[in-house]
Amino acid sequence: MNSAELASGTETMLLNLGPQHPSTHGVLRVWLELDGEVIVNADPDIGYLHRGIEKMCENRTYHQCLPLTDRLDYLAGTANNFGFVLAVEKLLGVEVPKRAQYIRVLMAELTRISSHLFWLGTHGHDLGAMTPLFFAFREREQLMDLFEMAWGGRLFPCYFRIGGLAADLPEGFIEKAWEFVKVFPSKMKDYHNLLTKNRIWIARTRDVGVMTKDEAIAWGWSGPMSRGSGVDWDIRRDTPYSSYEDFDFDIPLGSNGDTYDRYLVRMEEMVQSNRICHQALEKMPAGEVNVHDPNIILPPKDKVYNNIEALINHFLLIEKGLTPPKGEVYHAIEAPKGEMGFFIISDGSPHPFRMKVRGPSFINLSPTKVLAKGRLLSDLIALIGTMDIVLADVDR
Amino acid sequence: MGIEEHLGNNVLTTSLEKLVDWARKNSLWPATFGLACCAIEMIVVAANRWDIARFGMEAFRASPRQSDLMIVAGTVTKKMAPAVVRIYEQMTEPKWVIAMGACASSGGIFRSYAVVQGIDQYIPVDVYVPGCPPRPEGLLYGILKLHEKILKDPFLTQKYRDQIVPAGRKHEHGH
Amino acid sequence: MNTATEKLQAQFPDAIVDIYEFRGDTTVTVKPDVLVEICAFLRDDPETSFKYLSSVSGVDYLPDSPRFAAVYHLYSHLYKNRLALKVFCPHDETPALPSVVPVWITADWHEREAYDLLGIKFIGHPDLRRILTPPECEGYHPLRKDYPQEGY
Repeated sequence: MNSAELASGTETMLLNLGPQHPSTHGVLRVWLELDGEVIVNADPDIGYLHRGIEKMCENRTYHQCLPLTDRLDYLAGTANNFGFVLAVEKLLGVEVPKRAQYIRVLMAELTRISSHLFWLGTHGHDLGAMTPLFFAFREREQLMDLFEMAWGGRLFPCYFRIGGLAADLPEGFIEKAWEFVKVFPSKMKDYHNLLTKNRIWIARTRDVGVMTKDEAIAWGWSGPMSRGSGVDWDIRRDTPYSSYEDFDFDIPLGSNGDTYDRYLVRMEEMVQSNRICHQALEKMPAGEVNVHDPNIILPPKDKVYNNIEALINHFLLIEKGLTPPKGEVYHAIEAPKGEMGFFIISDGSPHPFRMKVRGPSFINLSPTKVLAKGRLLSDLIALIGTMDIVLADVDR
Repeated sequence: MGIEEHLGNNVLTTSLEKLVDWARKNSLWPATFGLACCAIEMIVVAANRWDIARFGMEAFRASPRQSDLMIVAGTVTKKMAPAVVRIYEQMTEPKWVIAMGACASSGGIFRSYAVVQGIDQYIPVDVYVPGCPPRPEGLLYGILKLHEKILKDPFLTQKYRDQIVPAGRKHEHGH
Repeated sequence: MNTATEKLQAQFPDAIVDIYEFRGDTTVTVKPDVLVEICAFLRDDPETSFKYLSSVSGVDYLPDSPRFAAVYHLYSHLYKNRLALKVFCPHDETPALPSVVPVWITADWHEREAYDLLGIKFIGHPDLRRILTPPECEGYHPLRKDYPQEGY
């Protein structure tokens, strides 16, 4: 540094935030150029969790890709499965029975609530509010118990199958789900009491990370990020999939496009998801959960043990995998973080020729440079929290 | 290496050694090292249902200088490995490492160009907790096993640690 | 037929190489030299209004030639319409395409990822550098078909 800069105090400091840092929600590194506390330049450096999932999927059968998709947005495993399974079903040209569609919607919305609860806890924790974490996790643990009943694990479902579900809902699930759904709206009051009118919270989040409607669309924002800026877009309502058109729900919209608005949007989304779960449980149709297609769905176990054709069918499906026709599809769903899209190119073989995952967190993180410029360092932490990034979704 | 250096290894220090080990195991401070999905289960362990504060470990220190336990929770990629090693080297003795989950133990389901097949290629690991992700009870069981290890033979843990040369260290950058 | 393809055919009749419809999705393959003009038209024309770019995917069609392609998935909020644009890179050894960052700024990171994983250079990109892969992959592009899954 030269003496003139030293004398006038205009030298900027290079600070490295992460990749090991309590507030970066994982392994995110941000190269910061600071002038005192004010950020002059912020350059996110990602790739610390790049595991090569897209490459691995090219060497696996379609069903073998399912557990890999679980690990994309690890807070909302069902959403990733949902997107993938719907994309492959689009490729195959099949539609699953109504009961399977309703169960998928139920699981997807419960997962949305669970993902938003985690966001609430950690976002609050980053900005100094430690109590919402414990309140939010209380409800999240109830959801984890529910999930464990249905799919045996807490985080990674792998419950959906191409052509239906792994199994129908277990006994007692509907009753337990009703318990949660009926009580949850009253718990929302607890969270609102802690944060919504809290002066410190408002001071930390008002006017931080403001994006106008047009900017949000230009930057590729989707989900609660774009709805916080007033973009009236929800894939579940506008291009419905899996019977979402049967459900009645509102889309909360923000007006300022700042962190506080996005907080309110996500809080209201939890209430609306609960509403969808309520309707799904009420109107749950009876019936099968898998399509009747021996090329896609494994035959039932009792047939496999007693019937030679079913045994061979089972063997071939597991060993070789299902073979969709040649083609290219793109299917997007409304994941908790935004638009999650799967672009699958099939060359007629049992392995996807190319599988591209459009991760919402990757795009939600991209305007950080622009949003953080000129703000204080503590605003950057609020920004990263509001983007609700999951690094496995960013890096894949 | 703390108190052992000054007092030496003789009979009179046995009860003091037991006291020190007991104190060490009861207040292990983990470094925040959540990398991927296992970090979620680690956070859940620290939250209300599986309260890690009962073991004196609720103080997750962000600074490696103030922590004694590194729970490597999640996939270690080749880009991240130098940072892991650096944080490990910055931790002060005595220090322990738990490899939480399949990815940290052996690369997990990710056998690809970007993933290190187990963090034990770079740093010595004391306890491996399998699972993808391990249940919170699984992590707690791993922590209790580590407590047993700390109580059982503390000199062994520290004395032979320098002789363990993990496979990846020979090729690492700058050393 | 997607309304957007009709407008494209009317406006850029020579640039369209192929129109492919499958399961309700439309993919229009266009020539790379007028890519930016086509994208700007699709964004600005009031009857197409594709103001949102969902994703840019690089594809390696080895052993076919042309080998490298980029697929742009567009969405119109106004008409709830989706369209996919495919562009093949003219040369297999040095794949390059014009950058659409001037049209949709979100293409910035998408194109960096396609460059990193497949080696497609985007001419006119403000800051084309690696984004995801570790330094060990310097000189390699992992998602190419001739790169092994477990690396070197």
